[in-house]
Amino acid sequence: MGKFRKDEKKTVPGLSTASLPDIIFMLLFFFMVSTVIRETTVNVAQRLPSATEVQKLEKKNLTTHIYIGKPKRSYQDRYGTEPRIQLNDSFAKVGDIRDYIFTEREKLDESQKPKMTTVLKIDKETEMGIVTDVKQALRKASALKINYSAAETESVY
Amino acid sequence: MAKKVPEFNAAPMADIAFLLLIFFLVATTMDIDTGLTRKLPPLPEDQEQQQDDKKIKERNVFEVLINSSDQLLVEGEPMRISNLRESAKEFIANPENKDNLPELTEKEFPEIGVMTVPKNHIISLQNDRGTSYEMYLHVQNELVAAYNEIRNEVARRKFGKKYKELNSERKKAIQEAYPQVISEAEPKNVGGN
Repeated sequence: MGKFRKDEKKTVPGLSTASLPDIIFMLLFFFMVSTVIRETTVNVAQRLPSATEVQKLEKKNLTTHIYIGKPKRSYQDRYGTEPRIQLNDSFAKVGDIRDYIFTEREKLDESQKPKMTTVLKIDKETEMGIVTDVKQALRKASALKINYSAAETESVY
Repeated sequence: MAKKVPEFNAAPMADIAFLLLIFFLVATTMDIDTGLTRKLPPLPEDQEQQQDDKKIKERNVFEVLINSSDQLLVEGEPMRISNLRESAKEFIANPENKDNLPELTEKEFPEIGVMTVPKNHIISLQNDRGTSYEMYLHVQNELVAAYNEIRNEVARRKFGKKYKELNSERKKAIQEAYPQVISEAEPKNVGGN
């Protein structure tokens, strides 16, 4: 009788989760390597225009960002719906750009200062008036290397 | 029988890893900045420089105006944006040596040798304060595309390769032959407000 004890192996063996951490760690490392830490929260609308001849910006630490666009809805009661400039985390005026560029430039090594690129992230519905003002301010701050941020596409027509 | 080492319970390890994973998913972004890199002209130091600008002959200037309703005026003629690339290319290279397009000159370049290139040309881009940024960037893109196509053609003719695939010395030589000169003029109102 002992040879036919049927009750013994009736339950399904539990799924081994021992390899689960390995899989998750793999994903974790992938994300750690391929992404960059978010630095600022953008408070203005950012629908970037698209272009075909874009270049990648390789050196992240040499870039300074200026965001221009309509304030997002939660800021519209305070800042209106006209396009505004955002530096770091706060809204700014054209006059603040000079100081901003100087402080950003101070953070770099002496040899890297001329290589600093200002990335203009401008919403495509913005009018050129404010952009021209920003460009003039950048010229006055002698931050002459700029990059008009745009998404890459195959064709613009 | 040796004393059995108690097995390490690895179950919470997955939880920890998940936690870290979700943190990185939230706190990081994947997008790489792409865009059109341009160089702004330095501020004119005195009147002299501004007068220098005026000395450039009219045939060497390719004037592109964008008004506040996003319409193009190229060399005094209205133009659709889809034709801008071709006419910019014709202006830059001047293949038929026309009188109204930039003067050509024979010049020797490292790696390439003697080539007929425009002496000095300039693309002048002017926009109104009411021009939309999208249109402005579109025009910039077309002008850069015109240069890139010309450089590609030269690369293919001289080296049988695409411009991108050349080594840096050859790239530099082609850049020297066809330098990108897109001047963004001092801001002014082009009208149509």
